[in-house]
Amino acid sequence: MTGDAGAEAMKGNAPAQLEVRGVTKAFPGCLANDDISFRIEPGEIHALLGENGAGKSTLVKIIYGVLQADQGDLIWEGKPVTIHSPHDAREMGVGLVFQHFSLFETMTVLENIALAMNDVRDMAVLRQKVIEVEKTYGLPLDPDRHVYTLSVGERQRIEIVRCLLQNPKLLILDEPTSVLTPQEVEKLFETLRRLADEGCAILYISHKLHEVKALCQRATVLRGGKVVGGCDPREETAKSMAEMMIGQKLVAPDRGKQREFGDVRLDVTDLSLISDEQFGTHLKNINLQVRGGEIMGVAGVAGNGQNELFQALAGETEHEAAPDSIKIDGKSVAHFGPRRRRRLGAAFVPEERNGHGAVPDMSLSENGFLTAFRRMALAARGLIREVPTRSFADNIIKTFDVRTTGSGAEAGSLSGGNLQKFIVGREILQDPGVLVISQPTWGVDAGAASAIHQALLDLAAKGTAVLVISQDLDEIFAICDSVVVMSEGKMSKPRPMADVSIEEIGLLMGGLHDLEADATPANDTAEVGGRVGQA
Amino acid sequence: MEWLVPFILTVITASTPLLLAASGELITEKSGVLNLGVEGMMLVGAIAGFAVTASSGSAILGIVAAVIAGVLMSLIFAFLTLTLMANQVATGLALTIFGIGFSALVGSKFVGFAIEPLPGLSIPGISAIPVVGPILFGQDFLVYLSIAAVFGVGWFLAKSRAGLVLKAVGDSHHSAHAIGYSVIKIRYLATMFGGAMAGLAGAYLSLSYTPMWAENMTAGRGWIALALVVFATWRPGRLLAGAYMFGLISVMQLHAQGAGIHVPSQFMSMLPYLATIIVLVIISSDRAKIRLNAPACIGQAFRPAH
Repeated sequence: MTGDAGAEAMKGNAPAQLEVRGVTKAFPGCLANDDISFRIEPGEIHALLGENGAGKSTLVKIIYGVLQADQGDLIWEGKPVTIHSPHDAREMGVGLVFQHFSLFETMTVLENIALAMNDVRDMAVLRQKVIEVEKTYGLPLDPDRHVYTLSVGERQRIEIVRCLLQNPKLLILDEPTSVLTPQEVEKLFETLRRLADEGCAILYISHKLHEVKALCQRATVLRGGKVVGGCDPREETAKSMAEMMIGQKLVAPDRGKQREFGDVRLDVTDLSLISDEQFGTHLKNINLQVRGGEIMGVAGVAGNGQNELFQALAGETEHEAAPDSIKIDGKSVAHFGPRRRRRLGAAFVPEERNGHGAVPDMSLSENGFLTAFRRMALAARGLIREVPTRSFADNIIKTFDVRTTGSGAEAGSLSGGNLQKFIVGREILQDPGVLVISQPTWGVDAGAASAIHQALLDLAAKGTAVLVISQDLDEIFAICDSVVVMSEGKMSKPRPMADVSIEEIGLLMGGLHDLEADATPANDTAEVGGRVGQA
Repeated sequence: MEWLVPFILTVITASTPLLLAASGELITEKSGVLNLGVEGMMLVGAIAGFAVTASSGSAILGIVAAVIAGVLMSLIFAFLTLTLMANQVATGLALTIFGIGFSALVGSKFVGFAIEPLPGLSIPGISAIPVVGPILFGQDFLVYLSIAAVFGVGWFLAKSRAGLVLKAVGDSHHSAHAIGYSVIKIRYLATMFGGAMAGLAGAYLSLSYTPMWAENMTAGRGWIALALVVFATWRPGRLLAGAYMFGLISVMQLHAQGAGIHVPSQFMSMLPYLATIIVLVIISSDRAKIRLNAPACIGQAFRPAH
């Protein structure tokens, strides 16, 4: 708590913009916030750190008036306040940029902004104000476009403009960068620094610690609903802050010795697919080869064709026209459904756990049976073999340290991280020859994430070809041997991880694939990346 | 040509109950609530209107009673689905079955009663103009109300802030909740509006269309009103056109028989439903239209997450 004490002493007795004093909030079966206290000064960028389930979102909802605290006080500019609703919060000057955007897809940008304003009398006046704010802060947006046509970065801009219009004194951002390219993140930071200079207090919630280090002056760390410490992120390392968050030593995944790559096990050649989803992305000439023992990462901003690629590879969309466009161990499979592909030794882990990766209302052993019954011989003469099915699930639970009451527990009752460990474990224990996994650690806490990473590395070491589709560049840098980047349904050429920089990947994510599409040598892109990196 | 005016008049009277019930259901569905109980609410509205008019002699009291009855029916639905989170489809079906039985029970005493039909508008001179007079200036006030309602609903959704909020709740209830709108309250109000309009539609049937009470006298019009909302892809302008088209089809069956065209009457009676199915298939094939206008949260229970 030295950081907090120091800052308080420096500020003397000037009232904080917001002081949270002893806030406690209980839900049935869990104490989400337990006696939380901290303060945010005007003009300060304050980080709120913590794992999933540490109580960050609950605290934010209390400050924004969505929830009411059971006990404790909020002190706004020196005066105790009760915030009954988001309307009250906005009235006071609190703005919130939501983690999962609170936008309405079929409405225009302007309508979306109007919905979150307390007093809109005249849409024409609002439009004028929106355009002014956009100009002042360099956030270009066409007020009349429908939200579903916008990129994720543009959608976030709506949320920010919506907050700025209210002249906030405290701006709260909940995981704002999880969907942005590195360049978009830098732009967002410029806007935030400028706001802070104008005296706006900013509460920044993130688990990306190098960003917190670059942006924030102070941090409060939550664990299990309690404040466990405070620090100055500029004086800490990402590792030390992560350890403070999880409360134990962090072990970096062991990449083992340099692996030898075997034959190509997953081969995708000129795969093009028209998406039949209304707002889907069409795949255009996708080419990639993953060899046995190799982990290839697919980077890219969400919504650039990753879902369509996963579905094409997993056989959820079959491709009758060109069976050769996808090969597993040399066998053409593009016209096969998921079951025939699995029979050839492929395994798939989709992004969405509940409802796609697992059936929430079924038990863990039933969920284990669903994808593994053939390879693990869990069925005989059309009937489920109960004992081996249960012991398979027990084995996953034991091997992957899934925290649950047992193999009879419903999948939906597990936390996100634990269910993900179970699903990943279910596929890995089937000993697949090819594993395609989408967002392996999305929303998973650091401890579980490093366990999953280690499991993927161990699997590759046994000769499996692994394709990791991820938005998290840190993850790709931590475990992958090579990387491709998806943008607007196209894919960049594979590059070994060793000679690619985060700036280059960022540029490719932003859509600079055209440079490469003209068969220019790869080092051209590297030069562009270098220039931007220096600028 | 002398058949034309009565023909148009019957089309208008056949379309009016559809339009009233469908504009109410449109608002309900735009807020994300699917109330399949329209038929039941109409029937209860019809008997309430008829019973009160027959007992008191006042059609105005009867109409008020029909509206109240429709709202009460919709409140049963709202309480079950919005407060107790029951499944909307099942509850809506149950509401219709309940409405059929309940109206028959109450109505058994009123079978065979006769009342004066709602008076038509009568402006001296103008209402007597040939063709235009009886069609435009000779209707009862529920007809004018049904047209006003659909324009009112259109204006409400397109121009008013409350309409924007209503659409927002139907589009993404979690987003609306996060911004600070009371999803449940707004859905209650929208469901009640739907009930009131269904009650009015029922009153029109029992007080004006056929001024009498007969068991199950709505004869599936509530279902057509529901189909109309989808048919119109949740747009009020198309709702107006659709209601009149359906009115036309249902009247054609009578006139075809009257004109001696030898089509089985059963075939003509099934035409409106056949048209509904065909149109639903055609519309469902164009996902873009559906996606842009359909309330994305329709039929889903809202539980605020913590």
